[in-house]
Amino acid sequence: MEPIVETRNLRVEFRAQNSGQAKKVAVNDLNLSIRAGEVFGFLGPNGAGKTTTMNVLLGFVNATSGSAFLFGVDVREPIARQRIGYLPELTYYYKFLTAEELLRFYARIFGIPRAEADRRIEQLLKLVELDAARKRPIKTYSKGMQQRVGLAQALINNPDLLILDEPTSGLDPLGRMKVREIIQRLKNEGKTVFFSSHELGEVETVCDRVAIINQGKLKVEGRVTELVEKHQANLEQIFLNIIGYQPQLAA
Amino acid sequence: MNTVLAIAGVVIKELYRRKDFYVLFVLTAVITLVMGSVSFFHDTKMVRYVKDIALLLIWISALVIAIATTARQIPAERENRTIFPLLAKPVTRWQVILGKFAGCWLACGMALIVLYLFFVVVSGTREHHWPLLNYCQALWLQWVMLGVVIAFVLLGSVVFAAPSSNATISFIVVLGILFVGRYLNQVALQEPEPLKTLVYTLYFLIPHLEWYDVRDLIIYDQKLVGWVDCGLATLYALLYMGVFLLGAWLVFRRKPLNL
Repeated sequence: MEPIVETRNLRVEFRAQNSGQAKKVAVNDLNLSIRAGEVFGFLGPNGAGKTTTMNVLLGFVNATSGSAFLFGVDVREPIARQRIGYLPELTYYYKFLTAEELLRFYARIFGIPRAEADRRIEQLLKLVELDAARKRPIKTYSKGMQQRVGLAQALINNPDLLILDEPTSGLDPLGRMKVREIIQRLKNEGKTVFFSSHELGEVETVCDRVAIINQGKLKVEGRVTELVEKHQANLEQIFLNIIGYQPQLAA
Repeated sequence: MNTVLAIAGVVIKELYRRKDFYVLFVLTAVITLVMGSVSFFHDTKMVRYVKDIALLLIWISALVIAIATTARQIPAERENRTIFPLLAKPVTRWQVILGKFAGCWLACGMALIVLYLFFVVVSGTREHHWPLLNYCQALWLQWVMLGVVIAFVLLGSVVFAAPSSNATISFIVVLGILFVGRYLNQVALQEPEPLKTLVYTLYFLIPHLEWYDVRDLIIYDQKLVGWVDCGLATLYALLYMGVFLLGAWLVFRRKPLNL
């Protein structure tokens, strides 16, 4: 079966801020393969290269070398993004629009017919529990509500693949639980979910497989249950061990 | 096309939900009505002054709306990070540029219609004649000119990160062209080489926005500009719009999305 997301020897370099400095390698020879129906957790400390990898998959950043594919289509082709939904970290949507108008705008971009768009908007606003606030401008929304409207926009095209960049970042426990429930629901519907998070407990609960990267390099990849069994530790301990965290030094 | 129109639709919604246009319209209306109500020395030609002031205010308001609205489009998308979910859809950067341009241009067109309607009512009720075709031509030429300005500001908005610096530079350039552009060839004649060639080149390179200013024809009830000339002026403006939009796309397609 063809992978839904695939990177082959992906490398991304950024120019140095100062002319004397070497180039910064954000992603180094990354090989990933995500199959249909998987919930895949992408972990790493800040600056590890998670967002850069996602940015390559979404066509925001060009790879220095190597290649990346979504549904077997090169990510540089806009059509590769027809079947995906993306929730970026900390986005402030058009604050002068209402949730309903925002979803209608994105539905129009996908060329969804009006009747079908109406049905999906209705369904999604109920799913993210924003039905009562649908006519209010987004500028009046709380952070949690903005994150949920973001999730709704990511689902407007009924995507087969969801890319979520730290979807629960900055949310209160209730907000996190709601987002987790939605991811679980999508998983049950057979969607493929690729998400980055710092909430390792959450990742352990919802993910089938995880990959941990550090300084742009893939350190470990595998099924959560197998990793836990192999290392005889929970995901947080495995993560800290892999990134080289030494508690005695911190103390 | 659907994508471009969808993006344009958001820009139009933004314009009528912000206070900028209403403030400028009220300001234009109040100044015009106050000036119109004052009678200086029982001058029967007073209506000309009123028309002059009203048209000047319409020009200033339209330029402010066009430059201020366009200058913030791309920087606001990047600052609020809405560019990410937008480009994560099957949308190209060229479509974003075109959508933003179309939105700003159409929004300015709507604002111009409202401002000209006010002008028609004010001048018509005082003069008791309605040269509607002249007004339509003036509106059309001004709108076409605004298209060039909007495309230029859009190019500036992908070059400069701060909308304020882009707006300031754009205002200076546009006002410079409007006031000085027509005299550059005469200036060139008086300069020694190589400055002469340089000024001449500049004269032929800049878009001559002053050609689109037909306020005097309206104020003094003169004949319309020939429709062929009007068409040629439109083509000339479309050429500049195309060049500026292409430039904006070339810069934007290589631009990192983070500020």
